[in-house]
Amino acid sequence: MATKEKTIDQEQYKWRVQRKKPKPAVLRNTIMAFLVGGLICTLGQGVLVFFQSLGMSMKEAAGPTASVMVFLGAFLTGLGVYDDIGKVAGAGSVVPITGFANSMVSPAMEFKREGFVTGVGARMFQVAGPVLVYSTVTSIVIGIVYWLTRLWEARL
Amino acid sequence: MTGSKKLGKQTYVFSRPLPILSTASVVGRKEGEGPLGEYFDEVITDPLFGEKSWEKAESKMVREAVDIALGKINASYGDLDFMFGGDLLNQLIASNFAARDLPVPFYGLFGACSTFTAALSLAGIALDGDFADKVLVTSSSHYQTAERQFRFPTELGVQRKPTAQWTVTGAGAAIIGSSGSGACLTCATVGRVVDMGITDANDMGSAMAPAATETIKQHFEDTGRTPDYYDVIATGDLGCLGKALAEEMLSELGYDMSKNYTDCGVIIFTPDQDVHAGGSGCGCSATVFAGYFYSSLLNGDYHKLLLVSTGALLSPTSTQQGESIPCIAHAVAIEKV
Repeated sequence: MATKEKTIDQEQYKWRVQRKKPKPAVLRNTIMAFLVGGLICTLGQGVLVFFQSLGMSMKEAAGPTASVMVFLGAFLTGLGVYDDIGKVAGAGSVVPITGFANSMVSPAMEFKREGFVTGVGARMFQVAGPVLVYSTVTSIVIGIVYWLTRLWEARL
Repeated sequence: MTGSKKLGKQTYVFSRPLPILSTASVVGRKEGEGPLGEYFDEVITDPLFGEKSWEKAESKMVREAVDIALGKINASYGDLDFMFGGDLLNQLIASNFAARDLPVPFYGLFGACSTFTAALSLAGIALDGDFADKVLVTSSSHYQTAERQFRFPTELGVQRKPTAQWTVTGAGAAIIGSSGSGACLTCATVGRVVDMGITDANDMGSAMAPAATETIKQHFEDTGRTPDYYDVIATGDLGCLGKALAEEMLSELGYDMSKNYTDCGVIIFTPDQDVHAGGSGCGCSATVFAGYFYSSLLNGDYHKLLLVSTGALLSPTSTQQGESIPCIAHAVAIEKV
């Protein structure tokens, strides 16, 4: 605080708040994240097995499985259910690919009223954008490291 | 004498009691289902209120509250000399766009959630200065408009922190007259901006509690009153955590708040309504006052109320840049005369 007549010091206040702050229910949240996240992944595995049973290889089945899961995430977001799941499951429903769909569809729905260009188009990546940017950057860095190690191996 | 109505450092005592002639409150469904549901004039079940966007809906709620407040005293727009109003949205679009349809001289105010008492104190100053005969005061907030501006899209599946608060969907209006009796504005303590270094935008109660503490302390110092003077002292939207912090700090300063202190954000919802630390927003103290407190003053349950609306003066930009949250609180005394 810039004023001279401080009644309570900022540091002291921080401590005071920490002492009174309700703690998030870490144990319950972890268990729920494990259960719901596990359920989503089991469902994904089921879809994968289904595509494999149609004669696809593991690699071929991965694509359609991801599409089905993204569709599910988007569909549940559209129905207004996914945010209710997220409230209970936390990271359990954020981390799987369905959560990625939710992070794209929810801003798209939210900003429809601002138009398709300045609203939906511009805002769709509001949440997912940083994830895409940094996962792309990471993949480039890993790619370079991989390329360099291959070069090194070739010289040996 | 210049400044003769000023008492102490920050308190302004009106030379006559200024009666609140009428109030109105329009709230959303969740607020209507809350413990104060029966006190509100209108509960809208559709968050869009028949409009195309949530912002338009919030604006319409303001107009609706104004019309109800005017209707209760058979007055018309022409009787109003000023309107002081505000909300949480960028460039005050809810209030500005509502005022667009009202032929009333208008000042838009931004004091975040402290706007309602900021507007009440300015109304008092305008009336006591004989610049007006009837002044309209409004403030509003809307869960969806606030959420999309300050936080995340509403359908995003994220977990809220236990300290997070729920923005009240609601608009409150009050019309104050220049003389008479009833529930009257008697004095106002204008707050200073206080920043105790809280940066967590999901914990506004902790950020605002010191501002509320400062203003309440200043009010008691300026007026020589103690907490016992009032039947009820209500902060705007500190929520459970902020209320506990303010109470603790005031008690360390020698003011025992345990008997008559409450918070509008705490009483507007019940804990089982999934609101975490409680309600917040410009509409919180406005609707709780216009609905619950005003009728309690009229029917004699309370005679003296100190309303202290509290505002966190942050923006999405300042939050992203890691700034701490400056806060403010304004107090108005409303007494039955």
